Amino acid sequence: MAAANPSVFLLMVNGQVESAQFPEYDDLYCKYCFVYGQDWAPTAGLEEGISQITSKSQDMRRALVWNFPIDVTFKSTNPYGWPQIVLSVYGPDVFGNDVVRGYGAVHVPFSPGRHKRTIPMFVPESTSTLQKFTSWFMGRRPEYTDPKVVAQGEGREVTRVRSQGFVTLLFNVVTKDMRKLGYDTGPADTQGIAGPSLPQGIPR
Amino acid sequence: MNPREEKVSIITEESTANDEDAEVGRREKSSKVQRQQRKKQPPRADSEEMVTGKAQPGQEEPEMHLLSMPARRGPRSLPPIPSMSRTGFAEFSMRERLREKLQAARSKAESALLQEIPTPRPRRLRSPSEKELETEFGPEPCKESQATSHRNDSQSYSRVKFHDAVQKIKSKPQAPPGFPSAEEAYNFFTFSFDPEPEEPTVKARAKNRDGTHQEEEGEEESPAGGMNKMVLNVIARAGTPQKDEEELLGSQDAKDFLLGLDPAPDEFVVVRPAEYEGTHTWLEKEKELLFFPSRRAVPTWKKLPENVQPRFLEDEGLYTGARPEVARAQQNVVENRLLRQEPERKWFGDDGRILALPSPIKPFSSRPRPLAQEPSAQAGLETHYKKAVKYVHRTQHVVGSADPPGSFQLDIDISGLIFTHHPCFSREHVLAAKLAQLYDQYLARHQRSKAKFLTDKLQALRNAVQTGLYPEKPHQSLDATQKTIKEYKSEIRETRKLRDAEQEKDRTLLKTIVKVWKEMKSLREFQRFTNTPLKLVLRKEKVDQKADEEAYEAEIQAEISELMEEHTEEYEQRLGEYRASYQQWKAWKKAQKAKKKKKKQAEEHPEGEAEEELYPGEEPVKPIPPELLDHAVLEQQARERAAHSRRRPGEPVLLPELSLTGSVTPDDQCPRAEVLRREDVKRRSVYLKVLFNSKEVSRTVSRQLGADFCVHFGQIFNLQIFNWPESLTLQVYETVGHSSTTLLAEVFLPIPETTTVTRRAPVEEVEFSSSQHVTLDHEGVGSGVPFSFEADGSNQLILMTSGRVSHSVAWATGDNGTPLIPPPSQQSLGFRSALKRADAISSIGTSGLTDMKKLAKWAAESKLDPNDPNNAPLMQLISIATSGESYVPDFFRLEQLQQEFNFVTSEELNRSKRFRLLCLRSQEVPEFRNYKQIPAYDREILEKVFQDYEKRLRDKSVIETKDHIDTHRAIVAKYLQQVRESVVNRFLIAKHHFLLSDLVVEEEVPNMSSEGSGILGLSLFKLAEQKRPLRPRRKGRKKVTAQNLSDGDIKLLVNICRAYDIPVRKPPASKSQQPARSSRTFSDRHAASPGAHSPPHSPDTPLSQVSVRPFVEVSFQRTICHTTTAEGPNPSWNEELEFPFRAPNGDYSTASLQSVKDDVFINIFDEVLHDILEDDRERGSGIHTRIERHWLGCVKIPFSTIYSQARIDGTFKINTPPVLLGYSKERNVLLERGLDSVRSLSEGSYLTLFITIEPQLVPGESVREKFDSQEDEKLLQATEKFQAECALKFPTRQCLTTVTDISGKTVFVTRYLKPLNPPEELLNVYPNNPQATAELVARYVSLIPFLPDTVSFAGICDLWSTSDQFLDLLAGDEEEHAVLLCDYFLFLGKKAWLVMGNAIPEGPTAYVLTWEQNHYLIWNPCSGHFYAQFDTFCPLKSVSCLIGPDNIWFNIQQYDSPLRINFDVTKPKLWKSFFSRSLPYPGLSSVQPEELIYQRTDKAAAAELQDRIEKMLKEKIMDWRPRHLTRWNRHCTSTLRHFLPLLERSQGEDVEDEHRAELQKQLGDYRFSGFPLHMPYSEVKPLIEAVYSTGVHNTDVPNVEFALAVYIHPYPKNVLSVWIYVASLIRNR
Repeated sequence: MAAANPSVFLLMVNGQVESAQFPEYDDLYCKYCFVYGQDWAPTAGLEEGISQITSKSQDMRRALVWNFPIDVTFKSTNPYGWPQIVLSVYGPDVFGNDVVRGYGAVHVPFSPGRHKRTIPMFVPESTSTLQKFTSWFMGRRPEYTDPKVVAQGEGREVTRVRSQGFVTLLFNVVTKDMRKLGYDTGPADTQGIAGPSLPQGIPR
Repeated sequence: MNPREEKVSIITEESTANDEDAEVGRREKSSKVQRQQRKKQPPRADSEEMVTGKAQPGQEEPEMHLLSMPARRGPRSLPPIPSMSRTGFAEFSMRERLREKLQAARSKAESALLQEIPTPRPRRLRSPSEKELETEFGPEPCKESQATSHRNDSQSYSRVKFHDAVQKIKSKPQAPPGFPSAEEAYNFFTFSFDPEPEEPTVKARAKNRDGTHQEEEGEEESPAGGMNKMVLNVIARAGTPQKDEEELLGSQDAKDFLLGLDPAPDEFVVVRPAEYEGTHTWLEKEKELLFFPSRRAVPTWKKLPENVQPRFLEDEGLYTGARPEVARAQQNVVENRLLRQEPERKWFGDDGRILALPSPIKPFSSRPRPLAQEPSAQAGLETHYKKAVKYVHRTQHVVGSADPPGSFQLDIDISGLIFTHHPCFSREHVLAAKLAQLYDQYLARHQRSKAKFLTDKLQALRNAVQTGLYPEKPHQSLDATQKTIKEYKSEIRETRKLRDAEQEKDRTLLKTIVKVWKEMKSLREFQRFTNTPLKLVLRKEKVDQKADEEAYEAEIQAEISELMEEHTEEYEQRLGEYRASYQQWKAWKKAQKAKKKKKKQAEEHPEGEAEEELYPGEEPVKPIPPELLDHAVLEQQARERAAHSRRRPGEPVLLPELSLTGSVTPDDQCPRAEVLRREDVKRRSVYLKVLFNSKEVSRTVSRQLGADFCVHFGQIFNLQIFNWPESLTLQVYETVGHSSTTLLAEVFLPIPETTTVTRRAPVEEVEFSSSQHVTLDHEGVGSGVPFSFEADGSNQLILMTSGRVSHSVAWATGDNGTPLIPPPSQQSLGFRSALKRADAISSIGTSGLTDMKKLAKWAAESKLDPNDPNNAPLMQLISIATSGESYVPDFFRLEQLQQEFNFVTSEELNRSKRFRLLCLRSQEVPEFRNYKQIPAYDREILEKVFQDYEKRLRDKSVIETKDHIDTHRAIVAKYLQQVRESVVNRFLIAKHHFLLSDLVVEEEVPNMSSEGSGILGLSLFKLAEQKRPLRPRRKGRKKVTAQNLSDGDIKLLVNICRAYDIPVRKPPASKSQQPARSSRTFSDRHAASPGAHSPPHSPDTPLSQVSVRPFVEVSFQRTICHTTTAEGPNPSWNEELEFPFRAPNGDYSTASLQSVKDDVFINIFDEVLHDILEDDRERGSGIHTRIERHWLGCVKIPFSTIYSQARIDGTFKINTPPVLLGYSKERNVLLERGLDSVRSLSEGSYLTLFITIEPQLVPGESVREKFDSQEDEKLLQATEKFQAECALKFPTRQCLTTVTDISGKTVFVTRYLKPLNPPEELLNVYPNNPQATAELVARYVSLIPFLPDTVSFAGICDLWSTSDQFLDLLAGDEEEHAVLLCDYFLFLGKKAWLVMGNAIPEGPTAYVLTWEQNHYLIWNPCSGHFYAQFDTFCPLKSVSCLIGPDNIWFNIQQYDSPLRINFDVTKPKLWKSFFSRSLPYPGLSSVQPEELIYQRTDKAAAAELQDRIEKMLKEKIMDWRPRHLTRWNRHCTSTLRHFLPLLERSQGEDVEDEHRAELQKQLGDYRFSGFPLHMPYSEVKPLIEAVYSTGVHNTDVPNVEFALAVYIHPYPKNVLSVWIYVASLIRNR
């Protein structure tokens, strides 16, 4: 564990699931979990969480605010399989059944710093109109077998989804030793070592 | 029309509310008017013939509409007024009103004064007309037209009038736009905009009313009657009203005054006719006012100044860019309009087209598409902190990734600059420069001294010829000599010519030098000063007159002789020619003569005519004989030439020497002009800029120009570079005084070769010249301007500024002497720069860039503008490529950029352990599939990670015999492994194939069809169900998908309920008094026979009060748990044991779990307590006992079964050894449960178990892949239909119609069933006992090892191998066993079926059903046991379908337990058959072989294997007892070994007692506990496991001895039956 020669790098993510916009729904709660590759291991913090139920604000924004904190630290040897946060939002339907209102996933930002992400959320669609009706009626909407499905690309071609709303996330990312292991993700990691800054992705 | 127009401008300018209101009104009106007009037009056109050909309503209407919309409003209601002098109409009208008021007042006063004035009528009658004139002082034409329209009698007159009026209007001067004319102003203030439409054809009365109305609105009131006439009169009188207006007013004033007219505003109404204007007039007027630009193309000459031809810049090669797209017609319109409006043509370019900038539209958007969600304003305002980073220049093309940037260095040494011409040169300078140049030339020539060289050569050649002519070596062939001499001579000739030319040049050069010097001298004399220090000295070198002359003469003579020779040669040749031709001529002549003669003769002898034809041609000219050249002439020639080109003999050799020793006249002695020149020179200074890749990198200091026009810099520039230089340029700048800096010239320096390094580079001079024109007002000759040396100005010279830069460019060398040169691979710059053109890439692909021809072709095809600056690099590249200067590869590179992105070589990449690990993991190689946290560095990866994998790879070809011992089995195992791998690879894709149900959980759609109609209702009913019912029903546990589990998450729960019929201890022999010698002394056959014996309890043995104290020990993955000890042969434990489960490699994927081969061993032991007290006296004070445990039996359940079944619940037969020494089944002792009748049917003990996994895992699903099949399509459809129907009725019953064979093809299941011959020797054992034969066959089948498919083909599917494959593989699961057994039974002539159903513990399985004489037997193919249909302990619990060789029957009975169903398949109500009358059995051929061929197993090999196994097991037992000494009792072992074949023969039955007796006899002194194990042989590991699980080794009695014997009985086809007898012996003391 000599600091000079690290064998792993650390990624610390904290932030929060700030708010959501689901124009049609109310009284929602959300779950989050992280999906990461084989070379990653969480070292501290919670990998999963389930939030309180929130109701829409009464003002014009109609925002659903959770402010649900995320705080987790990963260690890894390989940026492949960079952690993704998977969100799933649930809420009651007309009959009071708890149904899913949206799935969404986004990679934890690569570069250190403060990042805000707005994720569009979607739900799987019923396979037929009749299904749709019955699922609505019975309160058993189609769900993913595992929310982590939305973080992977394999097998998605068999599903049909519908967009539902947005969830806004705030990340504060700190990395350690990435530069030493030869991964250059941004200027803030280059303490004292000058290097060209990489584009930080498309700004929101 | 004019007033209307003006009106428009007024309206638009004024913006009072009033106006707007009015406008609204007018609009309405105007639209109305228009409509009406349109309606009316055609008839009018007919009647009045006013519409001429020009008026084309269809065309013009819309535009008129647009333009004249405001102008046309209320056409008739405008009181048209002739415009007048601009004296402010407002004032005027005001004045008028005042005047009226005044008049009114006056008239009142007058009337008051005059009291009675008779005849007021006429006054009143008159006054309106006056008034009218006064107020309606506007142009009468409109009124005129009004009149016209309703004055029928005076039609013609009015028309005349109308025309007059029109003319008047026309002649009216137009008010400047923007200013309201008087009448407009008037109209504006006075006119009320009447919405009344104009109807030209309405009756006069209506018109009158209109008129009245109008007038009411106006200020004026006029009497209705007689007015018109008056008006006309007035007009007639007025003539030109505009001019006379003031006068009129004046007179009217007077009249009013006189008449005392007092019109009250409301009193009078003027009735006027409606104003009307014909369409024709309209159009006429509009045509004047409106301009309709034509759409036709404007001829080019109109757009250009006169006599100018259009220039097309593009054709001239200038870049123009693409014009924006504009419709042609629109362009024409604009051009026409521009031509009309601004005639000066400034809008048109040289090519006669409208000027246009290049189209700014880019074909591709350069801005990223906006995101779907707009960033909120807040987000945009949010500030992000970014640490300031020092920018380090890092270009993309950093050369050599390892080197620090800028390690390459180019040294440019600029030593100086010399002007060979400069504007400030004086004439003398010009000459001096010339002289210097000539002198340089002379020096160069002198140095080369070509003339001398040639002279020497000539001499040598002559010598050679001399020697050749008189050879000293006679052996040379004359021929060759002749040839060489000839060659020499010709060479001499050539050389002489060259020498002469050289000498002549030398001489002329010398002459010129002298001449220039003379000119210079004369110039110096002439101008009386000297400007240059040049001085030419001609040194004369004395020569020896005589020798010189001789040499000269000799030379001449030699030359002459040579020439002579030449000439002679030539002469000879010519002479030869001459002779030939002369001969010819002569012949001809002769012939001619002969002819003549003949002619003469012919006159006498006419027959000679034939000869006349001989020379029909022309008369040949008589050849002139060549004259021999005179020697004197030749000499003359030679001498002349020599004199011309050579130094005369005796003449001194002139050697010019140019020196700078001359003195320059100082300034004060020079004339004014010269001084000015010198001053000018002094003011000038020069510096150089160094441009690298056309970027300025540095510049020299500015140096003053010296009087000799030399500038010395002596500067060295070290350029640190990254790239291979593209160009190196020096720019020469000249500064005059302090002001201007002019670029004189650019000098391009060659980029040095890679071999040129500093200190080795020569100083080179590069010439430059400038094209600037400079004229100076002093002595300086200027540049680019003609000047002359002559006084008369003739012989003019034009010199341009030029000069030379001396420099040297070289690569610098590093500290260690290596040149700092970029690698040459960098030099292919063309490609990179050309890549900027994305278009080219998109059109021909990147690969096209390497193909120059293709690229050039593309450029030609796409009409790439060569002048477009964007295309410059591409064009350059193409030009280079096509000119063939650069190397064009003729190969095709697929990814030509790949090399740039290869940051490491492939060898290095392959060597990287980390990369390899990542690759292997990504390929899902089993060893690495779940490798977590691959280290970040290679050095952290241990080599041993790969060892297993590499070993496996190596072993693929090598057959490992260590584990298998038996080679055949090793081969089979290998084969199995290969099949498995191939199948796994085959299904790897299928594994990654997802269905919707894999991803999305969705409720099944409720079936709405007739049959399932209740389901929806049921589910609806469910809605009404209470959330928490009072009597909750059991719900299924939640299943867990296996992927996100880790070690410790999964537990195996084993619930041991109870056991039945545990063997009990045999009571110690009565004759034996010692308790320790318990069981072996008594040997009674009756003891084992049921019901015959009641074992007396021996109360004297204190520790064996009960018959048996069994407990259960369960071991799984080497974790061992055991229950408490119960008592009695039917114990009840009800204990739950918990085992942690670890998946191999921590991989909890379904596939991995399915391939877990671990078994759950459930062993039942008897706990025996032995009193070890030596001394009976201590018995009162202490208890010393030793616990021994005796293995009674075991149940083995594979984990894969538990995994696929999720739970196992049932009663299992305990696998007890055939011989259990010291124990017997106690059948009659404990009858309290009354199960005797049931139990009597079966032998053996039973254990009730419940096993499950917590949490419940989702069992792997078989692959849904639809395999290709060779079956008939119809049959396949039928199978699907059949299965669907069956599944609909009984979803839980498994219906099997098609199976997958080992090659992955779908095969109809009945094809597997076919009579097959069992081994011959089995049939021969009991030739007369079919039942025994059947049992033997079943035993043979059961001896083939069992290997579940899920294990071999992890998670893939159930594969059915044919019987021969099965026998070759010697491994298979229930199906294969069942199929083989069924086939054997069919061979034996039994009625046999395959039973598909559920059994414990296997789950879905296959059994065999046979029909014996009057009952059915159910055979377990894996154990070889058979059960009657009504056997309660039959492991088969349900039957779903029966498969025969020619049909499939599906169980449609209510129950599926074999106890409760009828196996009569002929009853269609009970069994649904696949082939029926509607679908008859097509006679499917079998996939099985015709006959099975059995090889006899090698007995020797079996014996050898037997020894090896025994040895290995002994070693293992010793290994398991590391802390104790393991002694082997050889005597016992040999006894056991003898006994084992007996067991095999009797199949483990009825040998116990004999055996015991024998043992007793031999091992009388020992307490013996042991048992034989029997199992089929597959490999060694299961044997070891089995021995281990018995726990025989677990004795720590100090003096224990062991015995172990192995017997292998070989059956045909390498089927081996293994017996292991293991025992522990304790010597009794």
